[in-house]
Amino acid sequence: MGIYARRRFVNALVMSLSVAATAFGVVWLVLVLWTLLYQGFSAIGPVLFTQMTPPPGSSGGLLNAIFGSLVMTVAATLIGTPTGMLAGTFLAEYSRGGRFGEIVRFINDILLSAPSIIVGLFVYEIMVVPMGHFSAWAGAVALAIIVIPVVVRTTEDMLNLVPNTLREAASALGTPRWKVIVMVSYRAAVQGMLTGVMLAVARIAGETAPLLFTALNNQFWSTNLNAPIANLPVVIFQFAMSPYADWQLLAWGGALLITITVLFLNIGARLLASWSTFKP
Amino acid sequence: MTAETVEAAASRADRQGRAGAVGDGIFRALTFFFALLVLLILGGVIISLIAGAWPAFRAFGPAFVISEVWNPVTGKFGALAPIYGTLVTSAIAMLIGIPVAFGVAVFITEISPVWLKRPLATMIELLAAIPSIIYGIWGLFVFAPFVQQYIQPGIIDTLGNIPGIGALFAGPPLGIGVLTAGFILAIMVLPFISAIMRDVFETVPPMLKESAYGLGATRSEVVWQVVLPFTRVGVVGGVMLGLGRALGETMAVTFVIGNAHRISASILQPGTTISASLANEFTEAFGDLYRSSLIALGFILFVITFIVLAIAKVMLLRLQKQAGG
Repeated sequence: MGIYARRRFVNALVMSLSVAATAFGVVWLVLVLWTLLYQGFSAIGPVLFTQMTPPPGSSGGLLNAIFGSLVMTVAATLIGTPTGMLAGTFLAEYSRGGRFGEIVRFINDILLSAPSIIVGLFVYEIMVVPMGHFSAWAGAVALAIIVIPVVVRTTEDMLNLVPNTLREAASALGTPRWKVIVMVSYRAAVQGMLTGVMLAVARIAGETAPLLFTALNNQFWSTNLNAPIANLPVVIFQFAMSPYADWQLLAWGGALLITITVLFLNIGARLLASWSTFKP
Repeated sequence: MTAETVEAAASRADRQGRAGAVGDGIFRALTFFFALLVLLILGGVIISLIAGAWPAFRAFGPAFVISEVWNPVTGKFGALAPIYGTLVTSAIAMLIGIPVAFGVAVFITEISPVWLKRPLATMIELLAAIPSIIYGIWGLFVFAPFVQQYIQPGIIDTLGNIPGIGALFAGPPLGIGVLTAGFILAIMVLPFISAIMRDVFETVPPMLKESAYGLGATRSEVVWQVVLPFTRVGVVGGVMLGLGRALGETMAVTFVIGNAHRISASILQPGTTISASLANEFTEAFGDLYRSSLIALGFILFVITFIVLAIAKVMLLRLQKQAGG
């Protein structure tokens, strides 16, 4: 075989392997989604949203779990967003090139991809043990710790996209630094920062591991944030592992709900990002 | 509105200036405090894990890491089986995931027609966002039974009979086990790694690739001799990020690994990982030593992932500097 034929052959081989890899990857992912839709839709009905999680062997809904997940997600977002935004502001506006900022940025990136089950252990140690019981608050704090690094990262990135000339123009008018940040930088970067918050919410919407040792689970309706609370991910975990067909069906229903929520949040975040003033 | 005197205006500006300076100090201190909080969280995680793991480390000493025993009844605990399971499932995930993710990234950046590029890239990024519990229950209800019925008997009959590596594929077909868990992990980290690889490949200046094409290079030569050398650090960084994710992944693994605290020669048999042990046993752990041993497992996982993530971060930073100039 001549050198040209060999090169052409190698090229064809590598390219077809690449196409095959793509087909292979896409097939599995489509299979996962298809099963999810197929099984999930047979579980979704009005009952799912109006009844509580049932005892073993009978049918019911996921109302208390949906409520618990919503409450903890909202609480975690309310705790995590301001914290993350202010820390991100420090990194982007005050510490450009500073040593302390470098360290915070590095640590934040580690936190961003640290195993979420470790966060659960941490919150167990600092909240569940001292309080003596599992609680929705502990779950919310665990989720907030997952929100914070995402928001820090996007806030910093988005503020860095704001052109310095805008800040200089405001400063030249005698505006104090904090006003420049709040009235100019934030306004210019607001869509991007909101995108970060939406991505963070999408991330905690399906997060299971940190809730196992913090919010635990609750078979009944509860609005007490100081007590264990039902939540979709842990209910899915428990029900899917059970031998009861009714419970397994509910697990699929819950899984579909979570996936739809996550996909909507992600698509929403993308749309929002495409409208933002300054793009990466 | 009456006109201000010059003095009045000057003193007003002065007051405002001072108020601005005070506001500045407060705002700066506020943002500094929250930046510090990020450090404190990580510090808190490390300290609380060490404190929680201390009774176990004191009771068992360094032998904790190399002992395979896990017996809650007699109160003897060792971390070797979960550590082994974590490393083996992640290794399987990487063995399958890296080549496939690489193929996908090459397809998107080099081969795909323009109209397909964006939808494919978007789809992969959306799939990377799907919570791992979804992959877990799919693995449990769909993949494990399928593997048990159609794949594993074949593997056991063929690969299981080869002398030497046969022990790796021995035993009854159970469906759940280390290999299944590794495969589910591979499917889960696949979109994640290929999304990063694609981003990294896009940083190659078109001029470089066009020059190679201009000299008559084939696509595969451009990929191997231009794109990969240029992005090597970034690719390694992306792979390490994926590895960090696979090591710490809980839900995708817990459903299908079988939670057996033992090290089997065969990868078709059940095992456990650090995160799966935690998820399965932590809330039911009785006694302080049992709980402390589980926290000690968590600490070991944290140390392993911290090292992997730190390497990933350093690699990606190097690529950034290179791309920036």
